[in-house]
Amino acid sequence: MLRFSLSELLQLLKNFCFSFSGKMLEKILILLCLTSAAAGQLCKPDASDGYKVRLSIKTALGDQAYLWDEKEMFLFRSTMAYAMRGQLNQQFDVSNIIVCEETARVSFWFVVTSPLNTSNLVDKKSVEEAVRKHRNRINSAFLLTDETLEFEGIPRTLEAPFTPDTPPWLIVFGVVMGAVVAGIIVFIGFSVVQKKRKKNKKTPEDEDSEEEESRGKTMENGAANEGVYNMSFTDEERFTRI
Amino acid sequence: MAKTKDSKVEERPKWDNKVQYMLTCIGFAVGLGNVWRFPYLCQIYGGGAFLIPYLIALVFEGLPLLYLELAIGQRLRKGSIGVWNSISPLLGGVGIASMLVSFLVGIFYNTILAWVLWYFFHSFQNPLPWSQCPLNDNQTDYNVECQRSSPVNYFWYRETLNITPNIETSGSLQWWLVICLASAWCVVYICLIKGIKSMGKAVYVTATFPYLVLTIFLIRGLTLPGAIDGLVYLFTPNWDILKNPRVWLDAATQIFFSLSVAFGGLIAFSSYNEERNNCERDALLVGIINSATSLYASISIFAILGFKATTAFNSCQQDNILTLTNHFEIPDKNITLETYDQWFEHLNSTYPKEIANLPLWHCDLQTYLGQSASGTGLAFILFTEAVIEMPGSQVWAVLFFIMLLSLGLSSMFGNIEGVLTPINDLKLLPKWIPNEVVTAIICLISFLTALIFTLGSGNYWVEVFNNYVGSVPLLIIAFFEFIGVIYVHGMKNFSEDIYFMTGSRPSIFWRQCWLWISPLLLLIVLVAYVIVQAQEYPVYPAWNADREPFPGTDTLNYPEWVFAIIILLCVVPVLPIPLVALYRLILRCTKKSSARTDLNPYSNDGFQIET
Repeated sequence: MLRFSLSELLQLLKNFCFSFSGKMLEKILILLCLTSAAAGQLCKPDASDGYKVRLSIKTALGDQAYLWDEKEMFLFRSTMAYAMRGQLNQQFDVSNIIVCEETARVSFWFVVTSPLNTSNLVDKKSVEEAVRKHRNRINSAFLLTDETLEFEGIPRTLEAPFTPDTPPWLIVFGVVMGAVVAGIIVFIGFSVVQKKRKKNKKTPEDEDSEEEESRGKTMENGAANEGVYNMSFTDEERFTRI
Repeated sequence: MAKTKDSKVEERPKWDNKVQYMLTCIGFAVGLGNVWRFPYLCQIYGGGAFLIPYLIALVFEGLPLLYLELAIGQRLRKGSIGVWNSISPLLGGVGIASMLVSFLVGIFYNTILAWVLWYFFHSFQNPLPWSQCPLNDNQTDYNVECQRSSPVNYFWYRETLNITPNIETSGSLQWWLVICLASAWCVVYICLIKGIKSMGKAVYVTATFPYLVLTIFLIRGLTLPGAIDGLVYLFTPNWDILKNPRVWLDAATQIFFSLSVAFGGLIAFSSYNEERNNCERDALLVGIINSATSLYASISIFAILGFKATTAFNSCQQDNILTLTNHFEIPDKNITLETYDQWFEHLNSTYPKEIANLPLWHCDLQTYLGQSASGTGLAFILFTEAVIEMPGSQVWAVLFFIMLLSLGLSSMFGNIEGVLTPINDLKLLPKWIPNEVVTAIICLISFLTALIFTLGSGNYWVEVFNNYVGSVPLLIIAFFEFIGVIYVHGMKNFSEDIYFMTGSRPSIFWRQCWLWISPLLLLIVLVAYVIVQAQEYPVYPAWNADREPFPGTDTLNYPEWVFAIIILLCVVPVLPIPLVALYRLILRCTKKSSARTDLNPYSNDGFQIET
C-alpha cells in the first residue's frame, strides 16, 4: 500500500513541479515524506492500537480456496471500514484502514486511523468492539469462520448451545415409559380376565378334584414318578446295595 | 396309584423350546463384563498372551462348574434353595447365599442399566449433549469444570451422576436418575411378568441383538482410520506377562464372574427343562459362546478405540502444525500431517532456539492407545467420545446403548430368577398371591433399595457393591457347590443322574475336574484373591472438581464405616451356609424322631403318610 501511495505521490509531484515554484515543491516534498513516514510509523508489528490478522483459507475451503491477492486485501479493508462505520458512526473509508507486514502465511497487521484526523489512530477497544459486533459479516465476506479468520487478541463470542424448552430426553423417556406401563397394564388385565374365566369353569369340577385330593398329596413338579425317587436314601444306598 | 395331575395344581413351567432355554442361558452369561471388562484385561495383560490363562481357566474351572450347575438343576428340578435342600439339608444355606447374592447384584446391576437408559434417552439430540460444554451462569465463558476436564467427563460426572467429592458426602436423590431407575425396573418387570413364558420371548431379542450391533460396529470400526492400530495394540502378545501371577488370578476371576455361575440363576433356568436333555452339550455351548463373544466384542471395541486414539493423535499434531505455521508465517496447509516430521526436522535444524521456546506438544500414538478403561469409564467416557467423532453420531450412540441395555437385561433376568424361583419353590408366600404380584413385590423392593445408588455418592456405592459383593461370596458359594454335589451327593449318584438325563456317563475329564482340579483351582483363586485384596487398604477413585491438577481422580481411602459395610457385604451373603448347617444339626440332634426333618426316608411327598 505504501508502494502505491509513493508512486501516486511521485506522479503528483511530477505534475506539480511544472506548476509550482521550487520552494513550494520543497515544502510539498517534505510534507509527503512526513506523511508516508507517519503512515509507516502508524502501522507496525506490535502496534499498541493495531491487531494481527491470520487467515487460513486452505484449511477452511480446501479445494475451493481462493488466492489471497490485492483484491482480497481491498475487500478486507473495506469490510473493516464498514465495521468501524457501524461502531463509531463516522465516515470511515478504505484509506483509514492501514495494513502492513503482510506474509505468505496470509497474516498482516492493521491499524485504523480516525477519519477526522488521519494521524490519530482509533483506540484498540473500539476496534475490538467493532470486530466483535460484526464478526459474522466479516467472516462471511471471506467464507471463513472464527477459527480460520483469526484476530489475535480478540476472543470469539461464544454461541450459547441451543436448549429447547422441553428437554428432548424427557420426550423419549415418556414414550418408552408409556409403552412399558401400557404393556404391564395389558398383561395384568389379561391374566385377571383369564383367572376369572378359569374360576367360572372350575365350580362344576370341584367335586371331582376333592376326590383326587384324598388319594394323595400331589407334587408341584408334575413329574409322575417323583414319589419313587427319594433323595434322602442316597447315603444309605451306598452301603446297603444288595 | 395317586393321580398327580389336578386342575388345581400347576405344572412346573417349561421352556417353549430348546432355543429359548439356550438363549436365556447365553444371555445370562453374556453380560456387560464381556464388553467392558474383557477387552481391558486383554489390553493390560499383554494382548494375545492373556488368552492362554483365560482359556486354561475356562476349560478347567469354568466349564466343569457350568456343567455341574446345569445338570443338578435339571435333575432335581428346583431352584437353588430347593436343590441344596434336596442334596442335604445341611447345605440349604448355599441356596440362601445364592439368593442373597443374586438380589444384591441385581440391585446395583440395574442401576447401571438406569445409567445406560439415561444416555440412551439423550442420544436422540443433535448435537449430542456430551460433545459440547454448557455456558456458565454469566454466559461469558464455558463452564469451568467442563473446560478443565472435557465435555464427555463433565456430562458423565456432573450432568448424569452429579457426583459428590467423596463417598461420605451423600448428596441428595437425583430425580432424573430416580425416574431412569424406575423405568429400568419397569422394563425388567414387564419382561418377567409371566415368568419364563414372557422371559423366553424377551430373550429372542435381548440375547441376539447385541451380536447384531457388535457386527455392525465391527464393520464400521474396521473402516475407520486407525482401527488397525487399535487391534494391533490389543492383540500384540507380550509373553513376559505370563510370569506375573496376577494375570492368572485375573483370568480365573474373569472367567468365573463372566459365566455367571453360583448365582443360582442357571440352576433355576435348567430346572425348567425337561428331564432328558443333553446338558453336557448345553454347558459346552454356553461356555464357548460366552468366551467367543468376549473376543468378538473386544475386536469391535478396540477397532473403535484405535480410531479414537488416532483422532486424538491427529488433533494433537494439528495443534503443533498450527503453532509452527503461525510462528514461522509458513503458508497455510504447507505443513500437513504427512509432511510434519520433515518440516519439523528442517525447522529444528535452522531455528533450534525458537523451536525450543515454542509450546509444542509431544504427540505419541502409543500413549493415546494406552488410555484404556474398563467398566463405566469405557462405556460412558471413552466410547461416547469416540462416537462423537464418527459421522452420524446419533445412530451409533443409540445402537451402542441399546446393545448395552440388551446385554444388561438378559443378565438381569438371571439375577431376578435366582431370587424368584427359590421363593416360588419354597412356597414362602401363600398360594393365593399370583406370581405377577410376587414379581412386582420383588421388583419394588429392589427399586426402593437401589435408591441409594441415585444419591450424589451413588457411583461410589456401585463400585463398592461391584467389587465386593460380586466377588468373594461367589467364589465361596461355588466352592461349596462342588463339595455339595461331588462329595455330599456323591460322584456315583451324580454320574447316575447324568446317565439318566443324557444317556451316557460323564467322561474321565469331567470326573477328574469335578473331583479335585476345579475345587483346588477355585480354592487357590479364592485364597489368592483374598490375600491380594487384604494387602492394601481399599481405595477408590473420587471425582473432585476442586482438585489440582485437573482432570483426574483422587484416590481416597474408604472411611471406616464404609470399610465395615464392605466386610459385611462379603460376609453376610455367605453367613447362611454355616448358620443353616448349624441350625439343621441342632434340629437333628434335639429332635430324635424323624417326623419333622427332611431326612425322613419315608416322606417322599408322593405318598401320604398313614399312621
